[in-house]
Amino acid sequence: MSNNAEIINVTIKVWRQDGPTSEGRFETHQQAISTHASFLEMLDLLNESLNDQGHEPIAFESDCREGICGTCGVMINGRAHGPQKATATCQLHMREFSDGDEIVIEPFRASGFPVIRDLAVDRSPLDRIIESGGYITVNTGAASDANLTPVPKEASDQAFDAAACIGCGACVAACPNSAGQLFTAAKIGHLNLLPQGQAERWKRTENMVETMEEFFGSCTNHGECSEACPKEISLDFIAFMNRDYLKAKVKNRALTGQK
Amino acid sequence: MNPLINAKIPAGDIAEKWENHKFSMNLVNPSNKRKFEIIVVGTGLAGASAAATLGELGYRVKAFTFHDSPRRAHSIAAQGGINAAKNYTNDGDSVHRLFYDTVKGGDYRSREANVHRLAEVSVNIIDQATAQGVPFARDYGGLLDNRSFGGAQVSRTFYARGQTGQQLLIGAYSALMRQVAAGTVELHSRAELLDVVTKDGQACGIVTRDLVSGEVTPHSAHAVVLATGGYGNVYFLSTNAMMCNVTAAWRAHRKGALFANPCYTQIHPTCIPASDDFQSKLTLMSESLRNDGRIWVPETKADNRGAGDIPENERDYYLERKYPAFGNLVPRDVASRNAKTVVDAGHGVGPLANGVYLDFSGAIARDGLDAISAKYGNLFDMYQRITGENPYQTPMRIYPATHYTMGGLWVDYNLMTNVKGLYAIGEANFSDHGANRLGASALMQGLADGYFVLPYTIGDGLAGQLGSDPVPTTDPVFTQAIAGVNDTNRRWLATNGTKSVDHYHRELGRLVWDNIGMARNKAGLQQAVTDIPALKEEYHKNVRVLGSADTLNQSLEKAGRVADFFELAELMARDALQREESCGGHFRDEHQTPEGEAQRDDENFAHVAAWEWTGEGNTPTRHQEELTFDNVALSQRSYK
Ligand SMILES: Cc1cc2nc3c(=O)[nH]c(=O)nc-3n(C[C@H](O)[C@H](O)[C@H](O)COP(=O)(O)OP(=O)(O)OC[C@H]3O[C@@H](n4cnc5c(N)ncnc54)[C@H](O)[C@@H]3O)c2cc1C
Ligand code: FES
Repeated sequence: MSNNAEIINVTIKVWRQDGPTSEGRFETHQQAISTHASFLEMLDLLNESLNDQGHEPIAFESDCREGICGTCGVMINGRAHGPQKATATCQLHMREFSDGDEIVIEPFRASGFPVIRDLAVDRSPLDRIIESGGYITVNTGAASDANLTPVPKEASDQAFDAAACIGCGACVAACPNSAGQLFTAAKIGHLNLLPQGQAERWKRTENMVETMEEFFGSCTNHGECSEACPKEISLDFIAFMNRDYLKAKVKNRALTGQK
Repeated sequence: MNPLINAKIPAGDIAEKWENHKFSMNLVNPSNKRKFEIIVVGTGLAGASAAATLGELGYRVKAFTFHDSPRRAHSIAAQGGINAAKNYTNDGDSVHRLFYDTVKGGDYRSREANVHRLAEVSVNIIDQATAQGVPFARDYGGLLDNRSFGGAQVSRTFYARGQTGQQLLIGAYSALMRQVAAGTVELHSRAELLDVVTKDGQACGIVTRDLVSGEVTPHSAHAVVLATGGYGNVYFLSTNAMMCNVTAAWRAHRKGALFANPCYTQIHPTCIPASDDFQSKLTLMSESLRNDGRIWVPETKADNRGAGDIPENERDYYLERKYPAFGNLVPRDVASRNAKTVVDAGHGVGPLANGVYLDFSGAIARDGLDAISAKYGNLFDMYQRITGENPYQTPMRIYPATHYTMGGLWVDYNLMTNVKGLYAIGEANFSDHGANRLGASALMQGLADGYFVLPYTIGDGLAGQLGSDPVPTTDPVFTQAIAGVNDTNRRWLATNGTKSVDHYHRELGRLVWDNIGMARNKAGLQQAVTDIPALKEEYHKNVRVLGSADTLNQSLEKAGRVADFFELAELMARDALQREESCGGHFRDEHQTPEGEAQRDDENFAHVAAWEWTGEGNTPTRHQEELTFDNVALSQRSYK
């Protein structure tokens, strides 16, 4: 049982970049840390000592520190969210590392996610994808009783598996092409699988896929995205999205009378 | 009646007040709505639902959040569920019962009229969320499933696995983004409110700082809505997200908005204890664990044997012993206080002796490992990930932590603060939970405020302003506010002290936890009233904030937030000191029954304490809003 905390010494090689257009560089620091600490608490401590020594702390983002808000996310030794499966950066603990390890920390690297500073990146394109159709049109007050439309439990559960996406962008960062397929597919899958989402299904799919393509690279079926996903969103949703996109192309034209 | 705090509760029967009020309010006709600009700060459940709905109605809305995306607001982290008086389970629930339970649960310190309205609109929330595609749990017939939560005697809680908050927020966020696409809502993310601007006693806008470029910008509007969440992080360690803070509410307070009941804070009994000094936040373990886990501590003080080596007859199942009827299922405040008592008495467990055991061995022996894992598997995994211990083999260690703040900006029945045109919704206001919030009722309140209450009441306030433009941002009230923000930022960067912002935040948190935590007493509170300003003074002289104001600078952001926490903490101490009774989350050692339960003083304290800012260094003024209970009889809670 690992009840007893151990202190380990790690070498941190961390990316520093002053602003979006500045050149970046790696900085190396030593940090002694308890194996009970979380990875981000290790960075907190490092920042505290940098501040004490008169060096600006490393900018990195986090909020809930429970793996649900999707704010955190860095590359740890080349992997989005680090070595532990189904784990966001904030849930990773130092007991996953050993004394003497070198840990390389970089921002999520993707053309769609420009660096803001150090480890913080701009993931706003994900919001643009939602804006283009990731909703069900229902004005407040217009809804009928919730139990009027039963939803088969299986459909509901499957929609939920997609809806579990926390929008962290690790899928994009893990992909060699910086593709946004897994995120978009999760969002489309969530709504398209529910009876409530049917009216806008085809328009939604076409709009969201095409907005995604404006910002992100194309998918060549590497599967790295699902591997890196802290919520283990399945690649099946990408297949589902692709099928719906093809259908949408046909149906949307039919809807506008173009056959 | 004190003119500052006229609650404007409509006359009539409790069940008809809201209906009548909706009818008697002024309306803004559809074509006039676009002539009004409304600022909504915060895009959690309360803010996102409000901004989306106001946009749908045709108002011109500007929504602000300091997060990079609205979906990241702290609401996302809620696990357990959301209450609604749907009575789908046919087990005797009703609007009246939800109303009654909420008033009682709040230990008779909330406004009856507000609570009744909340219970009334609760049913619409579920309809709205379901229509948006929120995947609530369903049964095999495809209908919505409910569970009982937090000791409620009916099953009225709707849930979405352990992610109710995330699913509801995605619903509200998607409605918001639909309005962004439609052009009715202008979204400003990574924009932090740093001042509320008023002119002639009326709110006319805000000043924000772009967290990436550092640019400070004025925004004007006909009305300003604060949906900026709670202040639990005043304790430094809490279950709140790292960035939750009181700054928006506090700056409004400094501009004249009253702050109500700041001492009402909720400490949740089942969190993972801190493991070391570097601990950055605490993690909540769902309350549902108390349905099957048994809570105990070793009878011997400082017993450092492993849990398994302590024989049955040397264990103290203190909740079962003291409360035979409710046992491990006593309400949150009772469970929390009792944990503190045993730990303070030296019975704490774990490496830092700062926890109590929550033991599943009996349940596993009774129901089998599979049954327990099916119920709690994800929670057990989460526990193991954080502590490195396997709760199937060794009991969990838990300890109470700050979770929710019932206090907040004072608002009237229309959710308007005493400052005209300034509204507060969600956890940021003080309204519906009295001295203690029931489980699964915060999500309900945030969405009730945002979807179904504010969109009506704000029209009433706006109707009179038809034809007037917002105050131009070139007005001196704005230029002065901007100069103030820039000055403050310059001052932080020039202080050049020796210790980090976090260092002082942690110190402050310790003071607040020790003196204004689970149990409070006169001496401790008086100490806090002197110690907090002293530490604050040191903070302002000796904090070290590096970098510049025109880039992303997280220390600079935190510096201002922690400064506001200092001022709030002092007010919490004063509020707790003056409330010479125990009620809900506010427990004064001096006021307890012979059995050690909270002893209210209804004669002298059945009121809201609403505090007025009287300037830097001055003692704030306490106003009272009397509470009347015409529909629920006041009684002493008992769980024996
Ligand atoms: C771990 C946990 C579990 C919980 N579980 C439940 C549950 O099961 N059921 C339940 O009912 N309740 C639960 N709660 C409580 C509930 O989640 C919150 O009370 C509720 O979500 C608050 O919503 P809100 O919209 O008022 O504020 P928040 O969600 O906190 O949103 C605040 C918003 O304001 C913005 N903001 C704040 N200050 C500024 C500023 N100065 N400038 C710009 N933007 C600003 C933020 O960016 C954010 O968008 C839980 C709480 C915690 C901590
Ligand atoms: S900080 Fe919220 S998911 Fe990591």
